[in-house]
Amino acid sequence: MISGETLHRQTLAELAQGLAAGEFTSRELTEILLRRIESHQESYNAFITITAEIALQQADKADKARANGDGGYLNGLPIAHKDLFCTKRVLTTCGSRMLQNFVSPYDATVVEKMALAGAVMLGKTNMDEFAMGSSNETSHFGPVMNPWNTKLSPGGSSGGSAAAVAGRLVPVATGTDTGGSIRQPAAMTGTTGIKPTYGRVSRFGMVAFASSLDQGGVIARSAEDAAMVLEVISGHDHRDSTSINHPVPRYVDGLSRGIKGLKVGIVRQHFDEGLDESCAEAINLALNTLSESGAKIVEVDLPHIDLSVPAYYVVAPAECSSNLSRFDGVRFGHRAEKPQDLHDLYCRTRGEAFGAEVKRRIMTGTYVLSAGYYDAYYLKAQKVRKLISQDFVNAFCEVDLIAGPTTPTTAFALGEKTDDPITMYLNDIYTIGANLSGLPGISIPCGLVGGLPVGLQLVGPHFEEERILACAHQYQQLTDWHRLEPGATI
Amino acid sequence: MTSGWEVVIGLEIHTQLSTKSKIFSGAATAYGSETNTQACLIDLGYPGILPVLNTEVVRMAVKFGLAVNAAISPLSVFARKNYFYPDLPKGYQISQYELPIVEHGELFIRTDDGTEKRIGITRAHLEEDAGKSIHKGFGKSSGIDLNRAGTPLLEIVSEPDLRSAKEAVAYMRKIHSIVRYLEISDGNMQEGSFRCDANVSVRASGQKQLGTRTELKNLNSFRFVEKAINFEAQRQIDVVEEGGQIVQETRLYDSDNDETRPMRSKEEANDYRYFPDPDLLPVEIDDLFIETVRKTLPELPDAKQQRFADEYGLKAVDAEILTVNKPVADYFEAVAIKTTAKAQIAANWVIGELSALLNKQDVDIQNSRIGVEELVHLLDRITDNTISGKIGKDIFEAMWRGEGSVDEIIKARGLKQITDDSEIAAVIDRVLQANTLQVADYKAGKDKLFGYFVGQVMKETSGKANPTQVNKILKEKLT
Repeated sequence: MISGETLHRQTLAELAQGLAAGEFTSRELTEILLRRIESHQESYNAFITITAEIALQQADKADKARANGDGGYLNGLPIAHKDLFCTKRVLTTCGSRMLQNFVSPYDATVVEKMALAGAVMLGKTNMDEFAMGSSNETSHFGPVMNPWNTKLSPGGSSGGSAAAVAGRLVPVATGTDTGGSIRQPAAMTGTTGIKPTYGRVSRFGMVAFASSLDQGGVIARSAEDAAMVLEVISGHDHRDSTSINHPVPRYVDGLSRGIKGLKVGIVRQHFDEGLDESCAEAINLALNTLSESGAKIVEVDLPHIDLSVPAYYVVAPAECSSNLSRFDGVRFGHRAEKPQDLHDLYCRTRGEAFGAEVKRRIMTGTYVLSAGYYDAYYLKAQKVRKLISQDFVNAFCEVDLIAGPTTPTTAFALGEKTDDPITMYLNDIYTIGANLSGLPGISIPCGLVGGLPVGLQLVGPHFEEERILACAHQYQQLTDWHRLEPGATI
Repeated sequence: MTSGWEVVIGLEIHTQLSTKSKIFSGAATAYGSETNTQACLIDLGYPGILPVLNTEVVRMAVKFGLAVNAAISPLSVFARKNYFYPDLPKGYQISQYELPIVEHGELFIRTDDGTEKRIGITRAHLEEDAGKSIHKGFGKSSGIDLNRAGTPLLEIVSEPDLRSAKEAVAYMRKIHSIVRYLEISDGNMQEGSFRCDANVSVRASGQKQLGTRTELKNLNSFRFVEKAINFEAQRQIDVVEEGGQIVQETRLYDSDNDETRPMRSKEEANDYRYFPDPDLLPVEIDDLFIETVRKTLPELPDAKQQRFADEYGLKAVDAEILTVNKPVADYFEAVAIKTTAKAQIAANWVIGELSALLNKQDVDIQNSRIGVEELVHLLDRITDNTISGKIGKDIFEAMWRGEGSVDEIIKARGLKQITDDSEIAAVIDRVLQANTLQVADYKAGKDKLFGYFVGQVMKETSGKANPTQVNKILKEKLT
């Protein structure tokens, strides 16, 4: 019997079992979730495009495959993609007016792999414009509302994916993380978000923001679900020169690795002023839980970690200024009406179609790469980046993983920080280090403060997704924070 | 050039590498296809696409580096050169900037006085070509053809070691010859596969400090390189002599008016904001790879020239001419090995008759209508005295026209040389009898008339009499 009332509450793993046991079909599941997405679109604005037709086709195909004893690892399971993964036949807007009518002629590797595994794409999720933002307010399609409180931001830039998962519109969604864009919204929406090692997931078909930092990943409701999806989208891709040829383990099989004996490092600077006191308490309680299960908590030093935000806000805009040059109104995307000449075409096309934050970063990036400033900014930032990476390498000689807060506070109000970019940028203070160093990081819910979720971040050495997923999973075996739905109280 | 002045030139040569596909995509590179049919999503710079290096270009660049005795960088880095232009789809060109793949090379050119001169090669780096803007035929708009976008280029930068337009051309020809020997470029200048920018400055003879330079853009023939540099050097000398200052700028050579003009400042006022391309890994090259490539190096023009002089006893100048193009050298060598004629005779024919015809018909030696075997037979018939060299030239042309083989033409036209002494003597007797007056004059000391008698004998025999025998018998008869 179909329990339409509760199906949306199930995790991906539970849904997979239900489908396998024939309790419901993929079509039934898809229809339920599509209705939920439609009915919550106004309140959350989590989607830019809802792909009902494609979803039903894929669901039917999955059901047929299952009936024939076939079907991939995610056969018939519903997912959503952040709207910067290119999809054939469906808009890929990147949350920008520049691409509001853009249909990619090809599928991103991540999209291709998900489809091949039998996943059912319900839609494309809202995001900060070109992934530049920490609150989902820079989207041309309007902000996303946090399902925990629709006056609050869900974080960003993968805010649509986080809200969709937290709001039980879809069990998992892809995201991308350049400076925290998966982990920060996961923390603010009580979801589990993993950014794997740089090079783990192909960037082919992921519209670039900052190429050396961008990494695709997953937002889910549990570490187990994240592991299932990560396993599918990971792996070497010859179309992405920076994707790394390193075997992909069965992440799900590794989840049972215990915490006992695990050396967990904490970084003093992560608990300095700036971290909300109540959030700090929640984090400390979580660390206690790990400790009680046999983990050893030790302090580690990341001497240069305080420089991560400034280094990031040189490197990321520099790459973005170059990556976004291709949006010139010549071949695709927005084009200004009746340009007077070439210069006018460029200026008006870009002036009209890019939002304020994107423009700010393009200008910053252009500045730091300019003759006479390159050495002082870009080159220096790259040197700082190396120091930070080395700090982590040194730390991982002493500990197995590093734990701490994902964000300084719980979700903040929409509009609260839009006038103050620096405060907004500081939201990523704990997450950026992993991007600069290419390390895998995960955020898991570890408490409620003022009725809002708090995120615990675990960062591991390169290619140790298995380790952080296992630790997250074990923690989730011991706690129920990840099961709380928006509106829950304790 | 005005005396008292020294011209200083450095060249940046852009040579298109002859890979089948582009440097960062799988699209074809063939020239002359319908517009925008050889540009894939990568070449179009679509959102989300990524470049993947065609490793063949690395092999080619290393091959070039080894051929000019350069250092191959164990680690080279692709960088982005950022600027906006409609035929540059990504808004940046992927090139190499701080760490090029090839550095510190050299080659030798022959100067006017016949001595060898070393020219330093600062660096050679890999980059992608841009597309092409088409300004005619679209009204007020411009068209864009992206077939060329992403075509691999090797940019070869010389030291400012060149001191005249002629040296610059000699250097450029040498590079042209080398890249074609290496089979890394077709060197086709009409199609833009081989073009250069020239940096030109002048200074008073003896002055150490370099003058302010100008850059002449996009010179696509040897002739234009020479003319543009000569014009520009003279222009700079005139400016300085009149008390003016040279402005550092980019100039275009206008071949119609034979002059250089500054480009509009807008086209050059660019800060390219180079930075390492985060989409591409550094190119790492190990010794094993270098040695593998080294094994594929062919005999290069200089070595071949020396060998031709030593092994075949050719005049130095002929050895040089024959080795500029590998197919010519190969053709010559095949003929020289097979024919009974002396190698120098074979060289004379290849450089003279054959080259003249090929040039006139605008045909490459690979497509010559007279192949190695045909020329060998012709030279053999001359060597064995079946025909004279002069008749050989007529037969050569007949062969080109497709009238048949050497022997068929000789037979059909009755051109076989007369080598029978008595037959020649009989003709000579007839000639002398018909020219008694001239015979008397000759005997009176007018030696020049000997040639007249030879001519008459040749005329009588339609040129078929063996000239050596004619000379010999005629001399006997006249003494």
